[in-house]
Amino acid sequence: MISGVSIYEILILSTIIFFIGVYGFFTRKNLIAMLMSIELILNSAALNFVVANKYLFPGNIEGNIFSLFIIAIAAAETALALAIVINLYRLIMSLKTKDLETMKY
Amino acid sequence: MDLSFTALILIIPILTFLVLGLNYSRIKEPWSGIIGSVAIGITALISYYTAYLYFFEIGKDADGVYQKIYAMNMVWVYFTDTLHIDMGILLDPISAMMLVVVPTISWMVNIYSIGYMHKEGGFTRFFAYLSLFTFSMLGLVLATNLFMIYIFWEMVGVSSYLLIGYYYNKPSAVLASKKAFIVTRFADFGFLLGILFVSYYGKTFDFGVLSSQAFISEMQMQGTAFMGLSVITWALILIFIGGAGKSAMFPLHIWLPDAMEGPTPVSALIHAATMVVAGVFLVARLFPLYFFMDGGVALDVVAWVGAFSTLFAAIIAFSQYDIKRVLAFSTMSQIGYMMLALGVSGYDGHEGLGFMASMFHLFTHAMFKALLFLGAGSIIHAVHSNYMQDMGGLRKYMPITHITFLIAALAISGIPPLAGFFSKDEILVASLIHQKYLIFGVTYAVAGMTAFYMFRLYYRIFWWNEPHYHHTPHEAPKTITIPLLVLATMTLISGFIPFHSLVTADGKAFHTHLHWDVIIASVGIASLGIGFATIMYKKQNMLSTRFRAAFGLFYKWSFNKFYMDEVYMFVTKKIIFNGVSRPFAWFDRHVVDGAMNGVGNGTMWISDKVKGLQSGKVQDYAMYFVSGVVFIAMLFWYLLN
Repeated sequence: MISGVSIYEILILSTIIFFIGVYGFFTRKNLIAMLMSIELILNSAALNFVVANKYLFPGNIEGNIFSLFIIAIAAAETALALAIVINLYRLIMSLKTKDLETMKY
Repeated sequence: MDLSFTALILIIPILTFLVLGLNYSRIKEPWSGIIGSVAIGITALISYYTAYLYFFEIGKDADGVYQKIYAMNMVWVYFTDTLHIDMGILLDPISAMMLVVVPTISWMVNIYSIGYMHKEGGFTRFFAYLSLFTFSMLGLVLATNLFMIYIFWEMVGVSSYLLIGYYYNKPSAVLASKKAFIVTRFADFGFLLGILFVSYYGKTFDFGVLSSQAFISEMQMQGTAFMGLSVITWALILIFIGGAGKSAMFPLHIWLPDAMEGPTPVSALIHAATMVVAGVFLVARLFPLYFFMDGGVALDVVAWVGAFSTLFAAIIAFSQYDIKRVLAFSTMSQIGYMMLALGVSGYDGHEGLGFMASMFHLFTHAMFKALLFLGAGSIIHAVHSNYMQDMGGLRKYMPITHITFLIAALAISGIPPLAGFFSKDEILVASLIHQKYLIFGVTYAVAGMTAFYMFRLYYRIFWWNEPHYHHTPHEAPKTITIPLLVLATMTLISGFIPFHSLVTADGKAFHTHLHWDVIIASVGIASLGIGFATIMYKKQNMLSTRFRAAFGLFYKWSFNKFYMDEVYMFVTKKIIFNGVSRPFAWFDRHVVDGAMNGVGNGTMWISDKVKGLQSGKVQDYAMYFVSGVVFIAMLFWYLLN
């Protein structure tokens, strides 16, 4: 319980972070930047878990554990995604999304 | 007693067909003929034994009435308890009689063909087809139900098609085989409809049930269906259309003269003696139904079609020059005889004289007409021509052919004591005692005409003036003359078979009486016909030319077969093709095809537009996904509030 801060402000914050992430994922031209946007989305979700746990069920710890899971999964995902990015870079010497359209119709 | 050996009658020919057909190139010339002849010979002996057994040992019940005996019968396709398609062997007087006719002719034709088809291409193929035909025809006569007879009916059609088109590199033969198949197939459509009607309303295919009195009265109870006739009568008329197609009755006869393009033994076997009487056999098979339904309206149709065809064909036979075509039209005329005899017949006892006469004539006609055709084949073999202009004076060169041909010609003309006299006489008596005077008049006139055109043929071939032959004609080899002699013997004696105690409509024997007035009248008109022919054709003279000129237009019509082929061409090409087929083709091409193409093109157009969505950019896909999620979220929001 943080004094002077209600659950709504924190939820609004996490919503803002989420949509910044979505916006970034849609608009960035670089794969690394897209990856960072995904991290933002995941972070907002983790934040939601923690806040919900803290404000609604203070005696429990499931929300905290879930946010730890999310951090772990985010780490694994980032590792995998970076591996793909590196391989792609070796293949086409570029990380621009417009150069990655060969899978279209 | 165990009659399962009768299955061999069908098994041996089909096995022969398979052996010869599968070893088509391995079995060489004389051997395929010998295999075929021996196999059909064995079939014939078993058939004779079966017929003997039926007529003299097991056929009669305690009252001396011939029964239908199912030698074997097994369910093949099951629909309901009463409606099922069986495969089996039915023995009754007419099938037992056909068991004598079909294998005899087939056996003789097989032996004959060894000589006749010598050095023809596809010798083995020919004998394979002959066995196939024999199998189909025997299956047809032994069938236990309408559907089985229909299957074998189509199979004889196929064998006939294959054999007419035997010389498949000759365009006229190919056309003739197609014509025969299409015309008979067209007629068989009527047969099929008839079968469907009978099975739908009568709920059975079985001949035993179909000809029982209980079935007939039950069907009669159902009342009328269309134009005052019961549905079964209409079905019988449709079935008769099928019979008329196979038996070359007017107006479905047009295939028969063209079918003479096939080898002559084939004409003798299929288009004279056996297959073309299948229509007569079919009507005889369903005779109780034809006779009793609606007081025999369908039977009257049979009688009039038969009477018209017999006269029509006899007139055409006057003016033809191709000897096989003369014989073809005479076949048509004689089958018309059989049809009209069935048509005027009654049912009980002596009333059933027409039925007996028809079957009798079928039997004797098979013998002497096969003999005539085989004789004609022997002549064609000697002079290498079908036309009587190329013949004349052959009696000196071919004595055996001459004598046997003369016997057959006398028989068909109805001169006692040959076979044709007895059977034709019974037909005349039958039409007279049933007071069908117009039919009697036609029959009587045709008897004289038959005598005339047969002796025109005989004199033109064997007398007249000798043309210049390139090779001196000589008598045919023994394989050809022996069948001729056998069939001539049959022609001499088969008139004395007591048909009235063996093959009758109701299975009971009856007594026939000699009608001296009819005998004298018929022999008189036959002698008149022969006499005219003798005057006109024995020695070369100008009489026939003068007659031809005198008849003028009528002769022309007869010579051109009353333009029936042209009528058919007009109806099919001008009316059906233009009036029906062309609009259908237009509809097919524009509406049906158009709809199909429209669906295809529409799909292509839409997919062409839609494929732009698949840009390959992962961000676009995420965009669609998120839009979808937002949309669904808003939808739920709306629905839940």
